[in-house]
Amino acid sequence: MSPATERPLRILVAKPGLDGHDRGAKIIARALRDGGFEVIYTGLHQTPEMIVAAAVQEDVDAIGLSIMSGAHMTLFPAVIELLGEKGASDIVVFGGGIIPQDDVPRLKEKGTAEVFLPGSSTQAIIEWIRANIRPRAAAA
Amino acid sequence: MGSKPAKDQTRRVEKRGDTPKAPDRAERPLYGRDEIARVLEARDRWTQDELAEALARLPRRKAAFQTDSGIPIPDVIDPAHLPEHDFLRDVGYPGAYPFTRGPQPTMYRGRLWTMRQFAGFGTPADTNKRFKYLLAHGVNGLSTAFDMPALMGYDADHPMSRGEVGKEGVAISTLEDFEVLFDGIPLGDVTTSMTINATAVIALAMYVAVAEKQGVPRARLGGTLQADMLKEYIAQKEWMIPPTPAVRIVCDMIEFCAKEMPRWNPVSISGYHIREAGATALQELAFTLADGIEYVQECVDRGMDVDAFAPRLSFFWDVHNDLFEEVAKFRAARRIWARTMKERFGAKKRESLLLRTHAQTAGVSLTAQQPYNNVVRVALQAFAAVLGGTQSLHTNSLDETYALPTEEAVTVALRTQQIIAHESGADRVVDPLAGSYYVEYLTDEMERRAIEYLRRIDDMGGMLRAVEEGYPQREIAESAYRWQRDVESNERLVVGVNAFQAREEQQIPLLRIDETVAREQVERLKAVKGRRSAARVAETLAAVERAAREGTNVVPPVIEAVKAYATLGEIADTFRKVHGTYREDGRF
Repeated sequence: MSPATERPLRILVAKPGLDGHDRGAKIIARALRDGGFEVIYTGLHQTPEMIVAAAVQEDVDAIGLSIMSGAHMTLFPAVIELLGEKGASDIVVFGGGIIPQDDVPRLKEKGTAEVFLPGSSTQAIIEWIRANIRPRAAAA
Repeated sequence: MGSKPAKDQTRRVEKRGDTPKAPDRAERPLYGRDEIARVLEARDRWTQDELAEALARLPRRKAAFQTDSGIPIPDVIDPAHLPEHDFLRDVGYPGAYPFTRGPQPTMYRGRLWTMRQFAGFGTPADTNKRFKYLLAHGVNGLSTAFDMPALMGYDADHPMSRGEVGKEGVAISTLEDFEVLFDGIPLGDVTTSMTINATAVIALAMYVAVAEKQGVPRARLGGTLQADMLKEYIAQKEWMIPPTPAVRIVCDMIEFCAKEMPRWNPVSISGYHIREAGATALQELAFTLADGIEYVQECVDRGMDVDAFAPRLSFFWDVHNDLFEEVAKFRAARRIWARTMKERFGAKKRESLLLRTHAQTAGVSLTAQQPYNNVVRVALQAFAAVLGGTQSLHTNSLDETYALPTEEAVTVALRTQQIIAHESGADRVVDPLAGSYYVEYLTDEMERRAIEYLRRIDDMGGMLRAVEEGYPQREIAESAYRWQRDVESNERLVVGVNAFQAREEQQIPLLRIDETVAREQVERLKAVKGRRSAARVAETLAAVERAAREGTNVVPPVIEAVKAYATLGEIADTFRKVHGTYREDGRF
């Protein structure tokens, strides 16, 4: 558990790319909110630029990317790169979706903190966030 | 399912019609009143004696049993659960009103269902090769998957297409891509289904144009366009313009095909995506029929004769694991549709009343864990679709929670259908579960509960208004969340996921689409743009814009535009220019 002095974590749940399969993103957003986090959901069809702009503006601690279209190897690194350009590399990026296991190490090499594959429980994601994400210093 | 009517309706609601209620009294009950009384007496005795004694030794595993849609399942079902069951009125004979038992009198004894495997990935040449492979292995209908940029109306070189070209389906930007896609495939002989919605009018135009080049007149073309925009706003969420003009284009296609393409199904009213997004079987049934009713009402409102177009409307159901409920869904759907078309819309032709359907096994039921188990799930679901009387079927592949299927995985999926067709015995009998107390009870319950939803949607002014208010979207999100909670609390067991987990996961081979596809597509697009007549493109796009603004049928000018090699993105931009775009809020 976070110490009482820490503010709740702010998480941006984002749907990059063109795929409209938002069942997972919405379930995660709701589960994270029920888990005590502040959650903002971008809605569908977001470019990496739109996601990063929203993350910076909303001053979030982490971005959870949900993707089913197979474009993860392009779009995840694009988000991470843009965060760097905006001086916001301390925003943690994690994600999930229809992602082959072999792609997970490659996504991690390119800066994705964790990848949750189909069948992951929302509880496991919540526990991972609690263990691995702290409120960003700048926002304190 | 615990839903309430919308409470704050600021919009003036114009009710356009009522979905007919299911009859609540049997005219000629199958079981006489005396018989029902005797059954009830026997049931009471059994409950007090045998059942009570058994429960004293071993209580029920659960306090209450229910179907996946929440329909309660009693300890045992007998004729007294069906006191108003009227065989001739509610079940009857296949190919005859109300078509509960199937749209044709002979069903699979006359012709097996069409084994139609959905395929599409990479470049048009890649998919053309997969089509030829499938035709060589016994599929008898093609089914095309398009990539996300094509579905949303962006060319391969658009910034929104980054990383998506050829990934989830075949990449299409111009007519030349269609020429390659169907190269060497005789379009007068095969039927083709195209899973495309927002940009369906462009795909239809390209198909007509390619066929013309092959010397096949449009009147001879057989196939199906998905083109169900309402379910896009409800569930799949690939759109180009706002709902009202999008539904108008759907009706343009229905109208065009009614006049010029008598063998073509202009719309496949789809429950599949609604279900995959989290709806229950009941919600899938109700919302899909509501979408169908909306299209029919729109076409009737523009002055079309219902019997001129209704025979070509087709449906598309998802099939999950709860086999009996799925069979009941197919049967209830046919009955509700027949009654609605006859009583609400006054359709007279037999073909206007019968619901023909495609079905696909449930992608969302597949698990990444222990992927070979998916073969069993698919077999169970496919069997349910056949028992339900589907006209065509796609079986999913075991590897689809990771990626698009490999050739080997697709072959197993197709073989599953062939085993059901030739070895299970289900091909020899029509509507084999009719008369099962349980399945008739579920069919009646599905019908009754779906009609409650339909009448609520009628009260909201129809499905277009309900969608604009976010009603079905909220209902589905609620069900999806409930399902996830049930899995996480172990209330619902999913083999390999929250029960019977393996210590080590099986690794399976996967299909990969690399980035050279995007580069190739962009180059081809550039080449086409270099060769075409810019003046002809501008002229044909102006005609599309005029039709969109004036509300005349957009299909003929779109055919001219694709023939001039205007790109899919350019045509989509023309519609966006006239109607604007659409955004959904970030509510969850």
